[in-house]
Amino acid sequence: MTTIHQERASWACREWLQVLETASREVLQTMVHTEEVPLGAKSSAAAEFTAEFTAMIGLAGQIRGVLTVRCGRETATLIAALMLDLNPEQAAGHAWDALGEVANMIAGNFKNKLHGGSDACMLSIPTVITGGDYMLRSPADTLPLDLWFSFRGQPLSVMLEVQR
Amino acid sequence: MKSVRALIIDDSSVMRKIVERALRQAGLQLSELNEAGNGVEALALLDRTAVDLILCDINMPVMDGLEFVKRLKGVANAKDVPVVMITTEGSESHVVQALSNGARGYIRKPFTPDQVKEHVLPLLEGRGN
Repeated sequence: MTTIHQERASWACREWLQVLETASREVLQTMVHTEEVPLGAKSSAAAEFTAEFTAMIGLAGQIRGVLTVRCGRETATLIAALMLDLNPEQAAGHAWDALGEVANMIAGNFKNKLHGGSDACMLSIPTVITGGDYMLRSPADTLPLDLWFSFRGQPLSVMLEVQR
Repeated sequence: MKSVRALIIDDSSVMRKIVERALRQAGLQLSELNEAGNGVEALALLDRTAVDLILCDINMPVMDGLEFVKRLKGVANAKDVPVVMITTEGSESHVVQALSNGARGYIRKPFTPDQVKEHVLPLLEGRGN
């Protein structure tokens, strides 16, 4: 049996997931110049996925949590190339910075779309981890909002872990 | 085509290049392009360099964009240079604070080149080429 509190949390979770999807898609379309960004299947994408680039943004205030954007090296390089209008060879050195900015803009766009959200929390400066051999652990009890996009056929994960 | 000396302040070099491209797409000829990674670097640069237009992020390490525009008022040769904020921070309080600190425009990321054009060109009206 679910409580009213749990039902409200579940409803808020579904609404926020929708907002996160819209916020992510707008950034990918406007700044990465990629119109078609379908959602991919989480299970198959997650199974064959090694995140070589992980960009993280902290949210603090009334909404507390961490937004992460994860993808492979090839995808991060392609994102940089599309943002800067360069070929992938020229863009490789900008991949981490580009992914950090994508995460920053998704987090900002997300909170700006929430009713009262833009005043409710502050964003940290982006942090980008390169290399896939790590575990991310949070001691807080978090509610994960998890999206898997298919970016030019490659998995791109956007996850917002909100502290309950 | 208007010729301007621009200063772009953002801790992301990718974002600085995107803003530069948007300025060129707006029809501006950048006779000088100066870049800084935060407010402190920008103030140091303005001590020795004259510019006509400043585009500035808010969330940056060392000195953020809100503090930069406030301190810009004390820089004799740059206090009247128009500043447009380009930032992910979209809250009303940030907009109000930026404008009251002296910014002349406010663009939220993600943005299109047309938005940059709409905000920047009116600020350069009346300037000679």
